[in-house]
Amino acid sequence: MDFIVDIIAKYSLVRILISFSLLIAIIMLNAIVMGYLERKICARIQRRWGPMEVGVQGWMQMFLDGVKLLAKQLIVPREANPFLFRMAPLLCFTPVAMAFAVIPFSESFYAMDLNIGLIYLLAMGSLNVFAILIAGWSSNNKYSLFGALRSVAQNVAYEIPILLSLLAVVLVTTSFNFKEIVAYQSGLLSFWMCQPVAFIIFLVAGCAETNRVPFDLPEAESELTAGYFTEYGGFSFGLFAIAEYGNLFIMSSVATTVFLGGWNGPFGLDFYSGPILGVFWFLLKVFILMLIMIWVRWTYPRVRFDQLMNLSWKYLIPFSLVNLLITAFIVKII
Amino acid sequence: MIDYYQIVAQIMFVAFILLTIIGALLSVNAKILMHSVLGLAVCLLGVAGLYFYLGSMFLSLMQIMIYVGAVCIVLVFGIMVGFTPNESAQKNDIGRNTLLGIVASGIAGLGLVITIFGKTSWETSAATVGDFSIEWIGENLLLKYCLAFELISVILLIAIVGAIILAKGGREEGL
Repeated sequence: MDFIVDIIAKYSLVRILISFSLLIAIIMLNAIVMGYLERKICARIQRRWGPMEVGVQGWMQMFLDGVKLLAKQLIVPREANPFLFRMAPLLCFTPVAMAFAVIPFSESFYAMDLNIGLIYLLAMGSLNVFAILIAGWSSNNKYSLFGALRSVAQNVAYEIPILLSLLAVVLVTTSFNFKEIVAYQSGLLSFWMCQPVAFIIFLVAGCAETNRVPFDLPEAESELTAGYFTEYGGFSFGLFAIAEYGNLFIMSSVATTVFLGGWNGPFGLDFYSGPILGVFWFLLKVFILMLIMIWVRWTYPRVRFDQLMNLSWKYLIPFSLVNLLITAFIVKII
Repeated sequence: MIDYYQIVAQIMFVAFILLTIIGALLSVNAKILMHSVLGLAVCLLGVAGLYFYLGSMFLSLMQIMIYVGAVCIVLVFGIMVGFTPNESAQKNDIGRNTLLGIVASGIAGLGLVITIFGKTSWETSAATVGDFSIEWIGENLLLKYCLAFELISVILLIAIVGAIILAKGGREEGL
């Protein structure tokens, strides 16, 4: 009891409520911005215009789409398992919302400062698979089931390289706390320079973990219609999309905090280290990473399933293990 | 103000207890196999909440990561291959011997209770063994309780074997 009382007393109830509503707003806004950017960039890559009708360059398109999704009827297929079918989108969204609580936007702009923030994020990430599984199974549709089966095999395989690559950095910093990890990288040094292998492995595995192309086999639209959320419509479909962009944001912000120096200016450009500029640098790095992921998505074709498994088990995991061993060796010597 | 906080903490405690009990009941009583695994997941989430209530964030996160994120997913994977939704586990109903179950769990529970009552020296306030920080847990797990720690990892193996058994028993006759 004392533990929870201490937590509430430390952050105060008002602050908890405010940060909760702020985080939900950030997640929604992120989905809108990313959805718009994705459609626009994809269109430009394919020599189209993308959304142009509503507002200048169609910037209001996503808001209207959101309203449309909210107004649509929620249809539950007759053969589906109704309770689980309705629960799955909520289960998909909740861990994402919870994970946002520990993301450090700047030195003083965060909802919660945990001394094991990294573990917390990974634990919430592991719950995401559960929602996908339930969605795919309860729809009672072969495409959904195949999507869910692929998703779990993929997520189990790619969680290991993510953990191992992050562990290499944690060995150096000896802390799971985001603040301390960022404080370690102040000045010129940040971890993408001294841990390039771990950084690349994390980016590739993070791409796979968020089910993005070239690893979007769970929702491969040309073979499985939409994979695990084939049967969903209306706002339950919207929740899946929001959670997907939220996951993308979480992955990018972990990469930013752990490898790119978080809210510090790039290359030691720390002329002003207040909260506002910190948030600016942080969001800039996160959005650059997310734009790279969009760019990759519309440039490369989807991998085959055996290629996907081989990449993880035969290349990423051995490389990250060797990287971890070398890091441990160097840390021990120094 | 602190009084209100304590009320909030107590409500959370009751919620965690309810989650654990309801999940456990669901996992034992459900007709559909998928529901019983999901009940297990809810129960384990409740246990994670209890760890959080007791002040060990690390343990509760590990509970979520290993039990909900790994064990339950392996089990669900096995069920997904084996059973379609709404297919109730009829074989399970026929083969279920309630009396045998009650006797077995009664004997096991009695044995545990007798051992616990015999071994425990009841003190009004428990002595603090450690500060339960990550360092303390890590040192104890890898030095003092190393063998137990290694043995516990067998649980994942058991989960995988259970998943294979579930998957084999499901759609085999239909094929």
